[in-house]
Amino acid sequence: MQKTWNNKAWFMVLPVLVLVAFSAVIPLMTVVNYSVQDTFGNNAFFWAGTDWFTDVLQSDRFWDALQRNLLFSGIILAIEIPLGILIALNMPKKGLGVPVCLVLMALPLLIPWNVVGTIWQVFGRVDIGLLGYTMAALGIQYNYVNNVFDAWVTLIVMDIWHWTSLVVLLCYAGLASIPDAYYQAAKIDGASRWAVFRYIQLPKMKRVLLIAFLLRFMDSFMIYTEPFVITGGGPGNATTFLSIDLVKTAIGQFDLGPAAALSLIYFLIILLLSWIFYTVMTNSDAQT
Amino acid sequence: MTTATQSAPMASGGVRLSWLVPTLYILFLLLPIYWLVNMSFKTNTEITGTFSLYPHDPTLRNYAVIFTDPSWYKGYINSIIYVVMNTVIAVSVALPAAYAFSRYRFLGDKHLFFWLLTNRMAPPAVFALPFFQLYSAFGLIDTHIAVALAHCLFNVPLAVWILEGFMSGVPKEIDETAYIDGYSFPKFFVKIYIPLIASGIGVAAFFCFMFSWVELLIARTLTTTDAKPIAAIMTRTVSASGMDWGVLAAAGVLTIIPGAIVIYFVRNYIAKGFALGRV
Repeated sequence: MQKTWNNKAWFMVLPVLVLVAFSAVIPLMTVVNYSVQDTFGNNAFFWAGTDWFTDVLQSDRFWDALQRNLLFSGIILAIEIPLGILIALNMPKKGLGVPVCLVLMALPLLIPWNVVGTIWQVFGRVDIGLLGYTMAALGIQYNYVNNVFDAWVTLIVMDIWHWTSLVVLLCYAGLASIPDAYYQAAKIDGASRWAVFRYIQLPKMKRVLLIAFLLRFMDSFMIYTEPFVITGGGPGNATTFLSIDLVKTAIGQFDLGPAAALSLIYFLIILLLSWIFYTVMTNSDAQT
Repeated sequence: MTTATQSAPMASGGVRLSWLVPTLYILFLLLPIYWLVNMSFKTNTEITGTFSLYPHDPTLRNYAVIFTDPSWYKGYINSIIYVVMNTVIAVSVALPAAYAFSRYRFLGDKHLFFWLLTNRMAPPAVFALPFFQLYSAFGLIDTHIAVALAHCLFNVPLAVWILEGFMSGVPKEIDETAYIDGYSFPKFFVKIYIPLIASGIGVAAFFCFMFSWVELLIARTLTTTDAKPIAAIMTRTVSASGMDWGVLAAAGVLTIIPGAIVIYFVRNYIAKGFALGRV
């Protein structure tokens, strides 16, 4: 759409600007402030320069948490994206099945995140949970509280349960936008099922898949509530992701300096990711 | 939507099995939820003592506990109050802004749009502590408005993006025709434009509602007792006699219900909303 140049449009953006500035810029400035100062209590602050940043960047704790974050995001993306495509391809195309599928699949997306945690915490317990009990009955050693591997598996299955529907819904929306004529042409040409997928469906889903990929990456990168409820970051530190680490430092130990420095580093990573997301979105906007 | 794609994509062998995939997936989704519902109708002795696939001795005691104890049911009221406040604030400030972004170019518009997006993507963990201090300074800790304003951090950008997506779909000629017909801008906006994008407003409101409803970290940090959300109250079901699993399950089931109700109305727009109005 051709847009007219009009700087008065700023007045319409002003309320948003004021509100978001209040809830984003001021807090962020506080964080910047803490990240370069040190305190011994009594509200007396000393200039600390970049000490906290070097501390954080040199600590194993930060790199370990970052690695765990990346590993987690990598695993869930590798499972959720193909699984989401597979389910979307097999969704009913019309009839009563469509609304039923859409509503049931969207259900996990609307459950408060700590309730998601609670559901899986209960579900996986060996004494009272269906999953844990079944595992025990089958003779499989499973305990997400003590065993690192089991804790990870529980978190990954939980995330798949929670968020695969997002990928399914986006892919489904992408598939629904393909005109019927494409399929008819493919049928006349005698295209195989794979060729239809590879040359018609996949290219049409490219855009929604990018969105799904980036959203899932960013949201899984900030995951906090679910692992906090299920494992509390344990066993040991095995599931302590960046945000859990951050909240532990900031509110648990009240180490403002390191927490603030960690926040800013974390935020810069997110900023970079958002920029990629934005570029992808606006580029594909321009194409269509 | 339904461009009758049944004609080709399923090769003859696949047709009969294709229903199996979504069915298995939905089964996988419903199983843990069923287990929670199942538990919520059991007594604690049945939960911990025996293993049963359905409540042998169904009881409403767990729900009764929640509906009779103010410290429980007030949590729901608190959650609903701040979620509704947040939704109203977010959508009403986002409406003019989204209009400006979809219709005009102005100094710094692209930077501003990007900056809004970064707030949607910002990890709440980064903001928890500064929020606490900011709202303490204003004496707003433990009030509903504090949580509502704090959730604007991610909901306002979300609403702007979704509404902008919907508004871009409305042809600009409509605006111009209205001006020629002698409508003033506010009259045009309220009388003509808002009805045109009503579905977009509904979707934006739904997403604000949803993300405010599911968020816990900030809501928990900013409240102590008077405005404590249900999600935070749930984390304290440990009593002297051990964990009260039944009540925990019942509280969980009750948090799922609002989402399950509203989801029906927006089922066809959910994907569009998650893609920030861009599918």
